[in-house]
Amino acid sequence: MIEIDSVSKVFGSGATAFTALNDVSVTIRENEFFTLLGPSGCGKTTLLRTIAGFNAPSSGSVRLDGEDLVALPPYKRPVNTVFQNYALFPHMTVAENIGFGLDMLNRPKSEIKATVAEMLELVQMTPMADRRTSEISGGQQQRVALARALAPRPKVLLLDEPLSALDYKLRKGMQVELKRLQNETGITFVFVTHDQEEALSMSDRIAVMSNSRILQVGSPHDIYDHPAERFVAEFIGETNFLTGKIAGQEGETLRVALDVGGEIIARQPPGDPAGQAVTVAVRPEHAHFCAPDSAEATVTGEVSNVVYLGTDTHFHLVLSDGTPFALRLQNTPERAADAKLGDRVGIRVAPGVAQVLRD
Amino acid sequence: MAEPKGFNVKKQHGFTTIAVLCFLLLYTPIILLVLYSFNAGTSIAIWEGFSWRWYISTWGNEQVKEAALLSLWLAIVSSAVATSVAVLAALATTRRAPYKGQTVVFAIINQPLMVPEIVTAVALLIFFALIKNYTGYTGGAYLFIAHSAFCVPFAYMPIRARLQGMDLTLEQAASDLYGTPLRVFRKVTLPLLWPGILAGAMLAFVISLDDVVITEFVKAAGQDTLPTYMLGQLRRVVTPEVNAISTVLLAISVTMVIVYFILNQRKN
Amino acid sequence: MANATHRPSFTERHSQWVLLAPALTLLCVAAFGPLFIVAIYSFLTPGDYGGVVWKFSTEAWFNVFAERDIFDETIGFADAHLAIFWRSLRLALITTVVAFLFGFPTAYFIATRPAHQRNLWMLLIMVPFWTNLLIRTFAIMELIRNEGVVNTLLMGLGIINEPIQMLYTDFAIMVGMLYVYLPLMVLPIYASLERFDFSLVEAGYDLYANRLKVLRKVILPVTRPGIVAGSILVLIPALGAYVTPRVLGGGKRMMLGNLIELQFGQGRNWPLGAALAMLLLLIVMATMVFYVRAAGREGGGHG
Repeated sequence: MIEIDSVSKVFGSGATAFTALNDVSVTIRENEFFTLLGPSGCGKTTLLRTIAGFNAPSSGSVRLDGEDLVALPPYKRPVNTVFQNYALFPHMTVAENIGFGLDMLNRPKSEIKATVAEMLELVQMTPMADRRTSEISGGQQQRVALARALAPRPKVLLLDEPLSALDYKLRKGMQVELKRLQNETGITFVFVTHDQEEALSMSDRIAVMSNSRILQVGSPHDIYDHPAERFVAEFIGETNFLTGKIAGQEGETLRVALDVGGEIIARQPPGDPAGQAVTVAVRPEHAHFCAPDSAEATVTGEVSNVVYLGTDTHFHLVLSDGTPFALRLQNTPERAADAKLGDRVGIRVAPGVAQVLRD
Repeated sequence: MAEPKGFNVKKQHGFTTIAVLCFLLLYTPIILLVLYSFNAGTSIAIWEGFSWRWYISTWGNEQVKEAALLSLWLAIVSSAVATSVAVLAALATTRRAPYKGQTVVFAIINQPLMVPEIVTAVALLIFFALIKNYTGYTGGAYLFIAHSAFCVPFAYMPIRARLQGMDLTLEQAASDLYGTPLRVFRKVTLPLLWPGILAGAMLAFVISLDDVVITEFVKAAGQDTLPTYMLGQLRRVVTPEVNAISTVLLAISVTMVIVYFILNQRKN
Repeated sequence: MANATHRPSFTERHSQWVLLAPALTLLCVAAFGPLFIVAIYSFLTPGDYGGVVWKFSTEAWFNVFAERDIFDETIGFADAHLAIFWRSLRLALITTVVAFLFGFPTAYFIATRPAHQRNLWMLLIMVPFWTNLLIRTFAIMELIRNEGVVNTLLMGLGIINEPIQMLYTDFAIMVGMLYVYLPLMVLPIYASLERFDFSLVEAGYDLYANRLKVLRKVILPVTRPGIVAGSILVLIPALGAYVTPRVLGGGKRMMLGNLIELQFGQGRNWPLGAALAMLLLLIVMATMVFYVRAAGREGGGHG
């Protein structure tokens, strides 16, 4: 539906030139909740603003249902934005804010009134209709901003870190709310965030961005379990990195001889690994304890720290060559094996669970 | 309040005394001036009882009435002109990235603030004399042009401050919601700018109303505003009539400034 | 992220010059442009009844500093002018220093009030400033006249028998300028002090400084930009003062502004008046450049 094709954006020129988007291509599908995830400065907001029309791309094209958007000013694009700071008009009431877009589209008064009422209902703000925007709470402002952007029934709703100004509890609530709204309206949502948890819990698909590029696009499950690059693995969740050399291929998986000793069977990355020497990513919860130096042990190490975290216990280990390794176990009542500080332990990683990285 | 004696970090010996002295110094002369405008006698030092006498005699003075009318007209017209051009200029100077020539633009707009008034006054005297020579026109328009010009920076300052404080995403949001540029300006920018415009207009009004130096140099013979009339009276015996005029002008200025203050407060 | 980028607005589509045109035209015609004509006039020959004759001459600039004896054509310093320059400079500087001595403690006092009170105190400073300068000068005049409140009071108390002549002295002019320009000193110093981080003062005390040393070594240096700005704001109008010396100096105690006016009135020497006006403008501009330098040097330290 939205096709972003080789879009680049350079701000400034000469020595001060800054590339905010570097040859970015991605396709966003109809009715999906699509998230642009990355650290601040990675270009995700620039990409969003390019779709909204506040940035003209230096090169490349942005098409919506086949129609080229680049030449259109923001007010001619069937795309609405929920701004990071909400940008509610302080001189208008809640209802006037929500009706603004329809008013600009010269819709009849009766239609505006009906839609505003419907939107107020949708975001549960009906009793606040005649309040000034300064008289409502942050969470309520957030809902008004959403309603205002949804009222003209845009083809795409763009959300620029809309939850970042809310406190933790409110944010959790709004995440559920946003997902519900997306389901009910069937509008495509493009959501920008730097919060990996938010991205994983809400999205149909995630694009991980870093350094003005998109590194990987996939479902939350894909992104988490099978990161393509070291950055993706590091940015989302916690990961152990083990270096080694490719020792053979078995279907979808690679056999890697680890530098620390031992062998691991790990998934092949999308595209070929750069060479014989590779990095393998292992999530802490994908590893288990076993007897040291036993046949099932992938590697062996020593417990250097134990951190109790309530739902989990976190074990910090040091492998025989000094590489740190983290292992996480859930604190279930029936959990048997436990390791103490200073214990020598074996670490088992099931075949095909770990991921060989592309770089 | 009896508080335990701790170490007051912010205290500096004697500063409060000087500050109090400073406020006394600022207000005593003005308060005395106002007070003696109600004096029944002609003295400006000996109180002889309360009376409206000087206000009544001032009201009957045709010259004062004429001067007051001119002052008022000048203030209204020049603040209106200055504010209008200042709004446009403020929009042009706040809504884009820095560019070459910006300093020159600022220097021109703020010229009346930076150059001593006497210099501008002399410059206008010479310039308008030249025009008079060529065109033969000697009417009152010169005064209106001069006042409009030196009021511009005063109107410009609060409008620019307001624009700079304005959240640009509001305009983007309006544009995102299908507002064409003109409608965004009318529906979002202008309503939000309104307090700044009002504040600027009031400052310009007060500045025009109070001006002495430029007016004195530019005015045609026989033309007088209230301040130049009062300056002219200096040569004669000063009666509390001058105090009465001053008190009225003071009341107008103080009211305006307080309204301006309140408008600025609401912004925050 | 690059947010300071595309700003779609009414103004962007219509060239900024169209929007600037009315203001710039008005100011160029009736404020900025005529300054150039003054510069030209300072190089012309005076007409017999005011005005100028369009003949190039440097006589006016010569006359600013020097004079020819009418009888023997010898050249000497224009003592009368130099005395007036000296008075202008001296009174302006004294006014600035005294304004600082009053203004800094006052600004400090306001900046150390509770936050919600500060704006009200500043309003009290600004109200006199926005009221008519002439009226405020009148108020001072009435106060210090021989028949004024001060003398009447002193005589009434038996401290003096004769009124002290205060009006029409340099002292009167200085008091008048102090009175009208004091708010200009308080305003920028207050702006500096309000942002001032008082934990710096705590650190000073912690490191064994006493109150005076904290003031001298911590507060004054950090608020220097405000002090410089305030001094400039007082110094410039004081140098060009016209109304105050005219009312309080009584025509005898002239400052540069009055000397300029004289050339366009009774003096009928427009080129000399123009040259004097240019001189004043040059002094003011030099002061401004000094300020920009001084402020620029400080600029780095304070975000």
